[in-house]
Amino acid sequence: MVDLSTTLAGATLPNPLMTASGCAANGKELHRFFDISRLGAFVTKTVMPAPRSGRGTPRMAETPSGMLNSIGLQGPGIDAFADEDLPWLASVGARVLASIAGGTPDEFAQVATRLLSSPAAASVSGIEVNISCPNVASRGLVFAIDPLASAAVIAAVRAAVPAHLPVFAKLSPDVTDLVTIASACLGAGADGLTLINTTLGMAIDLDRMRPHLGGITGGLSGPAIRPIAVRAIWQVRAAMFAERIPTAPIIGVGGVASGRDALELAAAGASAIQVGTATFNDPEAPVRVLDELAGLLDERGYAAFADVVAAAHPERRRQ
Amino acid sequence: MSGAAYPVGVSARDVAHERAPVRSSEPAGAYQHLVVAAPAIAALARPGQFVAATVGGATSGMLLRRSFSIHAVDPDAGTVEVVVAAHAAGTTWITERRIDDVLDLVGPLGQAFPLPDGGGAAVLVGGGYGSAPLFWLAQVLRQRGVHVEIVLGAASADRLFGVALAAEVADAVDVTTDDGSAGTRGWVSDVLPEVLARSGATDVYACGPMAMLRAVTEAASAAGAAAHVAVEEAMACGVGVCMTCVMPVIGADGRTRMVRACLDGPVFDGDRVRWDAFGDGLCRVPDDAVGAPQAGGH
Ligand SMILES: Cc1cc2nc3c(=O)[nH]c(=O)nc-3n(C[C@H](O)[C@H](O)[C@H](O)COP(=O)(O)O)c2cc1C
Ligand code: FES
Repeated sequence: MVDLSTTLAGATLPNPLMTASGCAANGKELHRFFDISRLGAFVTKTVMPAPRSGRGTPRMAETPSGMLNSIGLQGPGIDAFADEDLPWLASVGARVLASIAGGTPDEFAQVATRLLSSPAAASVSGIEVNISCPNVASRGLVFAIDPLASAAVIAAVRAAVPAHLPVFAKLSPDVTDLVTIASACLGAGADGLTLINTTLGMAIDLDRMRPHLGGITGGLSGPAIRPIAVRAIWQVRAAMFAERIPTAPIIGVGGVASGRDALELAAAGASAIQVGTATFNDPEAPVRVLDELAGLLDERGYAAFADVVAAAHPERRRQ
Repeated sequence: MSGAAYPVGVSARDVAHERAPVRSSEPAGAYQHLVVAAPAIAALARPGQFVAATVGGATSGMLLRRSFSIHAVDPDAGTVEVVVAAHAAGTTWITERRIDDVLDLVGPLGQAFPLPDGGGAAVLVGGGYGSAPLFWLAQVLRQRGVHVEIVLGAASADRLFGVALAAEVADAVDVTTDDGSAGTRGWVSDVLPEVLARSGATDVYACGPMAMLRAVTEAASAAGAAAHVAVEEAMACGVGVCMTCVMPVIGADGRTRMVRACLDGPVFDGDRVRWDAFGDGLCRVPDDAVGAPQAGGH
């Protein structure tokens, strides 16, 4: 039996597979198909301070090997999340990586504080900070494109959260130099990084001759973006090997639909893997990918998942 | 045992994920009528619920599921029937499946049509292939002693589905087409007031395009009947995890929320749907919806 466990900044998980934020709602829907406590962690839909309706429709466009979405961070707000969703997740034994966002660094901190005041706070294994959301102070540009704004958010959340609880910064690939943003987040106290969020795209409805999505542009996800995820994970891990930035765990996400895809992200440097859009195609995708990954590791004679993390980097191969 | 349906994943008591071999596939006017072997879904389904199918096979670049309302089930034979309109590449792929080809199905999904206790009269209204679930519903209603009338409408005769079937399962049938190629020229809403008046129906069930569902709801309200409408929203997952299928619906507390059509629907009370938000192929978030974008905020 392959040892599938993985350690993320002090949090040890039984296996590296997770849902991706916004692709699994808050657990009940997928629990009809598989026991979500089988996952290394369940990543919740990004929660903001107040309830949000999200955008109008269409919010989705299918694209080759992927999709565009402009959901607009629809959600119940942190009070309902902390009082209802989190206790339910705890009741089924899920380990929760809670995704949070806000319009200002203060709002992020408030959401984190309120989250940890939940009666079910013990089920939170870590916090994923979604900085790919609009920064009120910069007219809707997302925090994730600006190292200073990103660092301000991470510092605010880090200060609001007890030291034992890992904080992950989830980065956008839509930046000129991802390592600069990663460096800013780690410098501000992030314990790890989640790479990547969706990349911005657009589709046009040629019959109506107008943008297809109500939100005009949307986030591209699915297998179409897997090479971007592999590249992002590789670049950031390479910067860690080169000691340009501190070494920290990376959670990989983007286009994973099979065990082989998960292995590819791991080999690029990911210590855990999230499955997002593939869940829309197959509601059991996160646990199917886990089983496939375990089979592949076994077939290739690996004793532990940890042995394949960053295995494609020359620094690892020389060891 | 090649060609047998078997479950793919763990299934809860109310939903299943099955590989469903095609048992038959026949053209029906402009549509394709498929019968597949999916015993777990057949055992669980009720009229108004739907199934979600993957398209294009294992190496497909089309990732999103396509949803189809269930036309009929036979729990003894373990079969599920759907009626598919070839809109684009994904649905065309489904219409091209032949006997023993396998569909990956999740279902039954969504809320079923609410059923009256018994007796009285109901009118069932279908637009195009939207009529698919109504015949099964008619049979269930008549078993409960309900007088059932069916109104079928479409752009043209070839786009009607189930006219002959309607005659078998309903007490009366009316047909309308936009071009007059079958039945009365016009829309279902042109004949509906008269059908409602003569039948004394207390419940109207409808499935079809949004504009038709709105017109049906208005006609039902005018006649003092309850409208139960099944929407055809674009759905990426069908199981409640993607949030792409939302529409504004008024809740029990009187407040409008963007709710998931795949989970809270597809059947809604017509008078709860915020029809004012739909138009020109778009659906806006009403300003008074819970969490609606505020000026200067998000
Ligand atoms: C419909 C949809 C909604 C999403 N919502 C969120 C969200 O609320 N928060 C977040 O951090 N990422 C969100 N994402 C991004 C995913 O978590 C993930 O980073 C991205 O989709 C790439 O992974 P994938 O190709 O496996 O989907 C969303 C993605 C999709 C497709
Ligand atoms: S279709 Fe995915 S949530 Fe409804």
